[in-house]
Amino acid sequence: MFFPHTPAEEKAMLRAIGVGSLEDLFQAVPAAHRFPELKLPPALSEMEALAEMQELAYANDTARDLVCFLGAGAYNHYIPAAVDSILRRGEFYTAYTPYQPEISQGTLQAIFDYQSLITALTGMDVSNASHYDGATAVAEAVNMAYANFRGKRNRFVLSPALHPHYRDVVRTYSHDSSLQLVGDDLEPQSDPAALIPFINEQTALVVVQYPDFFGRIYDFSALGEAVHRAGALFAVAVNPIALGLLKPPNEFGADIVTGEGQPLGIPLSFGGPYLGIFATRKEYIRKMSGRLVGESVDNRGQRAYVLTLTAREQHIRREKATSNICTNQGLIALASAVYMSLVGKAGLRQVSELCYQKAHYAARQIGRLPGYKLWSQVPFFHEFVVQCPAPVDEINEHLLDHGILGGYDLGKDYPALPDHMMIAVTEMNSKEDIDLLVDMLAEVSND
Amino acid sequence: MNIPTDLKYTKNDEWIKVDGSTGTIGITDHAQEALSDIVFVEVVVGVGDEVNQGDTCVVVESVKAAADVYMPVSGKVLEVNEALPDSPETINSDPYGAAWMLKIDFSDTSQLDGLMDAAGYEKYLQEKE
Amino acid sequence: MTEPLLCEISMPGRIGFRYPAPDVDPTPLPEGLVRESLPLPELYEPDVIRHFTRLSQLNYSIDTGFYPLGSCTMKYNPKVNEEAARLPGFAHAHPLQPIETVQGSLALMFELQEWLKEIGGFAGITLQPAAGAHGELTGVLIIRAYHEARMDAKRDKILIPDSAHGTNPATSAMSGMRVIELKSDSRGNVDLKALQAECDETLAGLMLTNPNTLGLFDENVEEVIRMVHEAGGLVYGDGANMNALLGIVRPGDLGIDVLHYNLHKTFSTPHGGGGPGSGPVGVAAQLVDFLPGPIVDIIEEGDASEDLPPLYGFVYPSKSIGRVKSFHGHFGMMVRAYIYMRMHGKEGIRKIADYAVLNANYLLARLRNTYHVPYDRICMHEFVVEGRWPEVPDIQALDISKRLMDYRFHPPTNYFPLIVHDALMIEPTETESLQTLDAFADALIKIAEEAHARPELLKEAPHFTPVGRLDEVKAAKELVLCCAVASVSE
Repeated sequence: MFFPHTPAEEKAMLRAIGVGSLEDLFQAVPAAHRFPELKLPPALSEMEALAEMQELAYANDTARDLVCFLGAGAYNHYIPAAVDSILRRGEFYTAYTPYQPEISQGTLQAIFDYQSLITALTGMDVSNASHYDGATAVAEAVNMAYANFRGKRNRFVLSPALHPHYRDVVRTYSHDSSLQLVGDDLEPQSDPAALIPFINEQTALVVVQYPDFFGRIYDFSALGEAVHRAGALFAVAVNPIALGLLKPPNEFGADIVTGEGQPLGIPLSFGGPYLGIFATRKEYIRKMSGRLVGESVDNRGQRAYVLTLTAREQHIRREKATSNICTNQGLIALASAVYMSLVGKAGLRQVSELCYQKAHYAARQIGRLPGYKLWSQVPFFHEFVVQCPAPVDEINEHLLDHGILGGYDLGKDYPALPDHMMIAVTEMNSKEDIDLLVDMLAEVSND
Repeated sequence: MNIPTDLKYTKNDEWIKVDGSTGTIGITDHAQEALSDIVFVEVVVGVGDEVNQGDTCVVVESVKAAADVYMPVSGKVLEVNEALPDSPETINSDPYGAAWMLKIDFSDTSQLDGLMDAAGYEKYLQEKE
Repeated sequence: MTEPLLCEISMPGRIGFRYPAPDVDPTPLPEGLVRESLPLPELYEPDVIRHFTRLSQLNYSIDTGFYPLGSCTMKYNPKVNEEAARLPGFAHAHPLQPIETVQGSLALMFELQEWLKEIGGFAGITLQPAAGAHGELTGVLIIRAYHEARMDAKRDKILIPDSAHGTNPATSAMSGMRVIELKSDSRGNVDLKALQAECDETLAGLMLTNPNTLGLFDENVEEVIRMVHEAGGLVYGDGANMNALLGIVRPGDLGIDVLHYNLHKTFSTPHGGGGPGSGPVGVAAQLVDFLPGPIVDIIEEGDASEDLPPLYGFVYPSKSIGRVKSFHGHFGMMVRAYIYMRMHGKEGIRKIADYAVLNANYLLARLRNTYHVPYDRICMHEFVVEGRWPEVPDIQALDISKRLMDYRFHPPTNYFPLIVHDALMIEPTETESLQTLDAFADALIKIAEEAHARPELLKEAPHFTPVGRLDEVKAAKELVLCCAVASVSE
């Protein structure tokens, strides 16, 4: 418990206030509902509470206990020890939002470093300080495009290969049925050119993913040109690890780059907290929501950092703000900045290539197995889809018996793809791990 | 507080200078003082646009506030101050002169009757405090 | 003393981190898709550690001192929370694993759901929203969906008191609703006449923060809620100020239909320099079906006699508004909130509110003769004073705030709520001692004296911080938002 008050202090304070007891402080609360009897368990000491947490944690099998080939938007990567050592500094994690720049230069400059790293990685001009995750970042891109055209364009083209969760969130946020959300009921096999017929002069934004949900990589240049010919904006949702190897989206003409930053040194943590990457070109700086850190000087002539363009945000603009976002993912952005600066230019290329090479080895080996067929011949990064000889959950049960966490069952989200498994391979998978997977998959097709 | 007598004023601190059926629009000294250092201004209507009274025509941002400038009367946009976005601080230093925002051609002169004259605007500001 | 940027420390050719060598037969890289340059910095580990460690030393934080930020609830962040969240069983579970393999996480989420429902008096809850504002959006979308399902879609008006946090109107606008501001009366309550005037068939709901941002429990809260319900609207409770209500009253019992919690305020998960947070949303019975999915539930009952635990899994509410986020929400923050609540238990939860309110009223008593208190009655967990005196018109709340830094305190919330001039919103929280409160009050009293006798001390403050006051106009006009990569090799 964290209450410092001694009985003597409590008495003295009540006297100073001029009331007789603690209950006297709550007279404004309706008597009928005051001081309810809460059905909660009794308090535990720290020792007992932590023991209970350990029991709960042991009831899980994780991507570190098992050999993990599961991806679908969250990936098992190695987290260098340096990342957590910085995150555990109380000066970072117990600090508040840096509204008082004089005593928050640590947070402010770390965010500025983060913004710089993201612009370098994505090829955009400016990044914000983060959104909640990859899904809400896409929803904010939709908001931004809508506001950019002042509501005059209400059509949004979404790739069917955009993560199902991202498309779900966009639909939830776009409750307003006057927004047309089109394109994502195309066949999953479709390539980006299939989106072009959906683009017209009502289109505000076209959104694709890179690599896409199925792991495929495309050159979006032709699509980008088509988007701009129609006067619309082009958004690309990225996996930042892939950008260690692949062309950045600015080369396809992206106006907005969003992404899920979890692969950048953030643990899987059963789904969150993760990191919404959001970057754009300088023409659209003011249309972008979320916090921004800018450089300036202080009254002693020192270079210093401060939250800027805050007049766009909810605490000033209120109902005219483009977004309501307040708290974002500050500490997670810091973690990714530590990761990116540690692995750096050489390291990010190295890890990216390891993922690519290992995934291609796995795909080749699995593709040779009778009963298994690679679903796509399009180039891919570190994730690929395999048509299987049996239902995916049956196969995964068998894999689990051998200590393997199998790939994602695509049939759940794409009814046209039953018995299709999506396998992700990262630097955490050794050749032996992959060979084991192949052997276990072979066992299933032999049954 | 500078309130030129040859202008008409709105409750949202816009001014309009009338010249026959042409009007020049900007924001008042009181507005620029309330906003303090203005860092950004964007005219959001284009030459040739027909805009209604009350619609947003300009967006102004300072370090601590953002404000929409509304059309004092309905009209067609004739000219936009192209120099203003490059030097937003002009709104602070010369709100009635160099910081004019747009010129319009307006049809319904009766809408001017609903606006305040200098004395009325001064009184309105005093009551607001 | 300033710290260079990463791009300024970067040295071409320096390697920071090595991965193992590839162990598989190589595959050619995809033609035409490989990037030609990667302009990331090149540092080695000591550079990175020193850089970020020195940056951390420029920060003020709860671990270094008192943070009386109103409506932020800057309470102490227990260290054991960090241990718990990092347990490998929690940290390395993939969100899409088969449910049989993650029963620990699911059981934790289920229990947390139950406790939050119990504390708030709600029938249903989602843990999915990532932050308070995200929870607000979820809640307003639920209200909207509820009216639409009852074929009452003309209800598009949301009433918001003038003291509300900016996220409230922003959220309503984002949800496609019309925002009407309601004024407060002279005692800081929602003005009942103003409310009555807006109670018509276009009313979707009222967003109420109670206690409000003045730290006051609305003296007519039941009447306010009754009026909105009678007009066919719903009441959204902004739970940012729950720290005053834990074990004191359940918002659901008062008639609140939907409320978001801030785990990063009330339940001690750390603020992280701007997140991550977590904003679970509790709802009354008639709204349960509209919650975002998936929700954790027991999908197979256990058997105590056989020592068989229940099987936990995910369910999707029948009229769900849909997902508001990928995966399940901020699980890492749920772990922290869970152990925090487990260590407090039933009695401790109530004591949080007792001591939070005690501390705030004590500070109010110490300060009311030096600073003007516009709404002077027993406060809840926070209160507002004016940071100005008519006799020294040059001094503003901003100056007082900057001078407080010289006394090694983080300033209170400034300029909010908007309805008080030069507001200083002070929330001590329950984890601060009498000694800290007295030191803070003493500092504020001293600063009041300085304001009258030596105002330049305030105007030129802060003096002892790593940097002085910043040129915010320059920052906004000459936008420099990232490091020039000139020094980074291509």
